[in-house]
Amino acid sequence: MADQELIPIYIMNKQYLVPPTLTIMRALEYAGYKLIRGVGCRAGFCGACATVYRTAGDYRLKIGLACATLVEPEMYLAQIPFFPAPRAQYHLEELKPDMSALLKTYPEVLRCLSCGTCTKVCPQDIDVKDYMAEAMRGNIAGVADKSFDCIMCGLCAARCPAEEKQYQIAILCRRLYGKYLAPRAEHLHKRVQEIMDGKHDAELIRFKTMSKDELKKAYYERDIEPE
Amino acid sequence: MGYPQYMRDSIAKVEATRPRRLQETFPMLTAQEKQALLEKFHPDYIREAMRELRVGPNKGTRTPHELADLLEARPVLDPKAVNLDNVDYETDVLIIGGGGAGSAAAIKAREAGAKVIMATKLRHGDANTMMAQGGIQAADKENDSPAIHYLDVMGGGGFTNDPDLVEALVKDAPLVIQWLESLGCMFDKQPDGTMITIHGGGTSRKRMHSARDYSGAEIMRTLRDEVRSWPEDIRVIEFAPAVELLMDTNGRVAGAVLMNLETNEYLVVKAKCTIIATGGSGRLHYQNYPTTNHYGATGDGLVMAYRVGARLAFIDTMQYHPTGAAFPEQIVGLLVTEKVRGLGAQVVNIDGEQFVFPRETRDAESAAIIRECVERGKGVTTPSGIQGVWLDSPMIEIIHGPGTVQKELPAMVRQFGRFGIDITKEPMLVYPTLHYQNGGIAIKPDCTTDIPGLYVAGEASGGVHGRNRLMGNSLLDVCVFGRRAGITVGQHFREVTLGKLTLSHLDRWEKELKDAGLDPKVCAPILLPDYTRRKGV
Repeated sequence: MADQELIPIYIMNKQYLVPPTLTIMRALEYAGYKLIRGVGCRAGFCGACATVYRTAGDYRLKIGLACATLVEPEMYLAQIPFFPAPRAQYHLEELKPDMSALLKTYPEVLRCLSCGTCTKVCPQDIDVKDYMAEAMRGNIAGVADKSFDCIMCGLCAARCPAEEKQYQIAILCRRLYGKYLAPRAEHLHKRVQEIMDGKHDAELIRFKTMSKDELKKAYYERDIEPE
Repeated sequence: MGYPQYMRDSIAKVEATRPRRLQETFPMLTAQEKQALLEKFHPDYIREAMRELRVGPNKGTRTPHELADLLEARPVLDPKAVNLDNVDYETDVLIIGGGGAGSAAAIKAREAGAKVIMATKLRHGDANTMMAQGGIQAADKENDSPAIHYLDVMGGGGFTNDPDLVEALVKDAPLVIQWLESLGCMFDKQPDGTMITIHGGGTSRKRMHSARDYSGAEIMRTLRDEVRSWPEDIRVIEFAPAVELLMDTNGRVAGAVLMNLETNEYLVVKAKCTIIATGGSGRLHYQNYPTTNHYGATGDGLVMAYRVGARLAFIDTMQYHPTGAAFPEQIVGLLVTEKVRGLGAQVVNIDGEQFVFPRETRDAESAAIIRECVERGKGVTTPSGIQGVWLDSPMIEIIHGPGTVQKELPAMVRQFGRFGIDITKEPMLVYPTLHYQNGGIAIKPDCTTDIPGLYVAGEASGGVHGRNRLMGNSLLDVCVFGRRAGITVGQHFREVTLGKLTLSHLDRWEKELKDAGLDPKVCAPILLPDYTRRKGV
């Protein structure tokens, strides 16, 4: 690290010199920040570290997750530790899996301009505009499928000129789909009933009361379901 | 970006052996081979890495130095800095931790009529649950049963697990899947509704349920959204970790002192029942291993519970996940899900040869990878000097058809794609990474502990996994025992009358340290690791 060239970056408009191999998050720490906001799983799953930046000579705003984006020279960056986008109040069992649920909770869904800014800023490369189009058609299953990889970082809502809360709409649709629309797993419900009826207790007690040696023998002799 | 040429040379060998390997099955370890391998190469067996605790209920128990330092530390909180007569929040149930276990507990406690406060260090859902990729086990298929699941769990844990806890885990498992579905979790299914299930390391039946490779994220965001449906009953306080448990004059745990992370202000929460759901401790970086864990995984719950006298179990065993990323440098230590091997990818060395069955239990798989690199010198060394072996993901496309990797492992494709590596065509370089705290605070199946008023669920607890957890049993653990903790406090809270609040256990702790001749400089819980660059380093 010591013999590496350092590059200048700007954190909240103040210059720091950092190694070019670092992610934005590691660069913030290298610069001396002990992070509380804008940090979470550090692995691209939690959406805590949504970051907005510009680079020298480019008018465009760029985005990235601080944990997964490399620093660049002359990068001007600011994290979005929190963006107001409150969840509508609802209880899932009071909603139906169709357009009525969206109109009740997020009626502004119909104001979407289909401008595509959300798609452009999504760090997960989700076509947000596309799932918002499904939402406007009341296609809950479509939203659920197309938004599945959402980490709820909120950048879509932060940049939306129509003031939508896309990621909140998306989780509502996914939950409606999972609860009401996904095909039912009959084998699951059958097994739950068997357990409630105590049908598996005897076999469990047989294993539970085995000596350690008997249990080991049973384990190493057990048949393994083929691929 | 992408792989440098010399690594590509090794990949060429992996490609050359691939057609042959597709026909080959590497033999599984026998019981004797497995034991010998673990003793020689698993980090849990490195004697110098551990020491016996000198104070507290586990005095004499071996534990890693990094955890021992915190368990033997001084409190962060100065008792004189808080006025216990000035209670900021009073509630039926305090849940410390906003991950999967805490959220499940909150939902169940509320259902039972309790008012709940959930205090969480960072945001609600910032937890290892969110990062779990591969899946959740449940014996819900015709050829499977809770008893077969039980046998797999006991064998995976080296037959050391607490049988009552394992029974609870496997019997509740199908109930948990049904519950999650009722809350709107989207599991991978066939068009007729049959759950798509695959193998994991150490499973004898295909019982791993998944939600692409965002299984934990799907469960976590669903539970979080459900918690948010009940703001009048469940109050979530974010950026406010607990720094010490409170007790009452009857010796019952009676809430906690929280600290506002941004203002450093203390908050006194008085609660009839307190659930610790603080998760694990990967951010202590045992033996300098990188970790897959969340930023806040610093073992706080263990430290606080230990000071009020709760016994810990299996705290000498950590799980090293066999496949942490070893390249590129930016993602070293991050999780490469076991689902990759569940889908058929093999683990191969620098010459493209297999050296271990790809689905051994994690402890054995990790030990075999360490042996291959350290003893046999068959690892690939990265430009930054760390070693790894290949996880041959392109095999999945051949076995299950083109497009499978993108469909089943979108998070992994994205993770590596950001650094110019296409895992549908190129293998990933992996090495074991610190993943899970196998042990924790000892609990009973209803999540009670040795201390009245204190309940524990999830990774912070110990006993269910014995000395090694199987894949897919952690998401299951947080749901099973989170729910159970919520149900138990839901039955208890109405019968509790608290005495006067006290922090006198801290005085007793100081005395115990002194009597043991200890004068620790460390204060705990540490709340967050410090990765800032030290001046001059």
